[in-house]
Amino acid sequence: MFFSRFASVATSLALGALLLGSCTDKKDDPAAEPQTSVFSVELENTVGNRSLNLDTDTYTTAAGDQFTISTFKYYLSNLELLRADGSALALPDTYFLVDHANKASQKLELSTVPVGDYTGLRFVVGVDSARTKAGNFSGVLGDDQGMWWEWSKEFINVKLEGTSPQAAKGGLVFHIAGFKGANGANNTIRTVTLPFPSGSKLLVRPDHTPEIHLQVDAARMFSGRNTIRFATVSNTMGGPASVQVADNIAAGMFRIDHLHAN
Amino acid sequence: MKTAFNYFLHRLGPLAVAGLLLTTACGPAADDPIPEPFGAPTPYVLQLPPQFPKPPAPPADNPLTVEGVELGRHLFYEKALSLDNSKSCGSCHQQSKAFTDGLARAEGVGGTRHGRSAMALQNLLWEPRLTWDGAHTSLEQQARVPIENPLELHQPLAAGVTRLQKLAKYPELFGKAFGTSQITEDRVLKALAQFERTLISGNSRFDRYRRGDQDILTADEVRGMELFSVHPNGRLRGGNCSDCHGGTLQTDRNFRNNGLDATFGADLGLGALTGKPTDHGKFRVPSLRNIALTAPYMHDGRLATLEDVLDHYNEHVQFSSPNLDPLMLNTTNDPLQISPNLELTPQEKRQIVAFLKTLTDEEFVKDSRFAAPE
Repeated sequence: MFFSRFASVATSLALGALLLGSCTDKKDDPAAEPQTSVFSVELENTVGNRSLNLDTDTYTTAAGDQFTISTFKYYLSNLELLRADGSALALPDTYFLVDHANKASQKLELSTVPVGDYTGLRFVVGVDSARTKAGNFSGVLGDDQGMWWEWSKEFINVKLEGTSPQAAKGGLVFHIAGFKGANGANNTIRTVTLPFPSGSKLLVRPDHTPEIHLQVDAARMFSGRNTIRFATVSNTMGGPASVQVADNIAAGMFRIDHLHAN
Repeated sequence: MKTAFNYFLHRLGPLAVAGLLLTTACGPAADDPIPEPFGAPTPYVLQLPPQFPKPPAPPADNPLTVEGVELGRHLFYEKALSLDNSKSCGSCHQQSKAFTDGLARAEGVGGTRHGRSAMALQNLLWEPRLTWDGAHTSLEQQARVPIENPLELHQPLAAGVTRLQKLAKYPELFGKAFGTSQITEDRVLKALAQFERTLISGNSRFDRYRRGDQDILTADEVRGMELFSVHPNGRLRGGNCSDCHGGTLQTDRNFRNNGLDATFGADLGLGALTGKPTDHGKFRVPSLRNIALTAPYMHDGRLATLEDVLDHYNEHVQFSSPNLDPLMLNTTNDPLQISPNLELTPQEKRQIVAFLKTLTDEEFVKDSRFAAPE
């Protein structure tokens, strides 16, 4: 009993000393670790300005084709935060698979982010070719996620499946996949840079948990740089039509909706 | 003074209460059961096959233990859990058939027929949703269903527990697994779930090929594997199987309508569970591991052989079926991409079947750890 009381007093003293010590360090030691905090990215998948409801809802493309969506999944990777001076902070080893059927996947949590004022977000839509070639996948990059082409060793970067009365056989299969082909002719990996709306900054601070809200408009796969008509293209799994869709994705599928300072 | 006393209570109260509890628990109260001699169970170390994804952790309140798994094995083969002592879990889930029964639709006590085919039990710890319609999300919860279902073992688990209490071997098995010899419904389900989590199949010839033994498959089997995984596009030929049966686990864990029927009968699959008409006719995409051992095929066992299955996907898909999966609608080897059918040649179908047979894991179906206890 005496010993345990002594031990608890000693622990308290030691803990107090540690706490005091750490406060002092932060103020005085310029060599201390840079302060880090967290932020998150919330993805709201839509079709135009309507909510995305898998299977049940019928939507219309900008060109007037009707369609439903049964699957909508995409990789976001290599996230970077941009600064006003034009520099960028790369967030290492950031690979996310967003699946509309899995609510939890639609919020990306970033941690140990150096504190700072950030003015934009940049990311890769898909999995970069270097990581693809490196192999040794697990987690969201695992071959059990329905996003891996075993025969060509490439990822499906964006997957949309559904139906359309305009499609020759009624089905839509858009597997925007791969990066190979002569001179990258079939590369469907795209980088998207999104400056925050003018005047707004993402303030990463120890006592803040800010959020970036992105609107992700699936209909923009079919319009923008290239108009996709389902009578012509309803089934693409890599290749030229997938490249056209990838260009549309890069041009306008992602939009900053708003920031929460929190 | 009052404040100081409250402060004292606040600080020391919990300790004092804990002390009292401890005293009570340790004291030789008259109605306490005799202390039991069981030590803590030994943690069970799962041997995961190379290249398999990291499985989710087991529930915090049911860690895998050597003794828990062993109890689960006894219970899995225990006929006292059925109404008339005629059947156990192992009756419909036979190890030699990758824990299926060879029947189109499972047979319960008294010869009753289930509406669906008994599913293979393998690599279950990776499955987020169990059974053909995904109705269950935990093995502990699911284990009660076949025990109590009138079309299966047809006996309330409470009655099963009473029966187990009269069997000599169980007090000690429960004691070793859970610390006391008490037999409860909760413990029966936990032990069954533990045993099921150890049923891992990952040493087929396909697995050994993937680990680098390139000579283990024949040329036809390798060609079948390519066809299995390739999307046909008019230039590349393929069976487009791996969009759903993909990856190490051979399933995308999804629910899809693969076009068996133009209209649905009584069994609506996922639709019956969710109530959504857009889910009618969707069933779980099962893993194809050990598929050569689990005939007949589909949720109702309507297809007798793997050749029949290839014929279905190649030429018998019902294109008017509501909610037919888009992958069924759009996939063809027709160079012009016009034919609605897959258009595999007879030779290609044979090669895919040859590949499917490489998914058989002979070790798994002979592993004595999974067999009925002596």
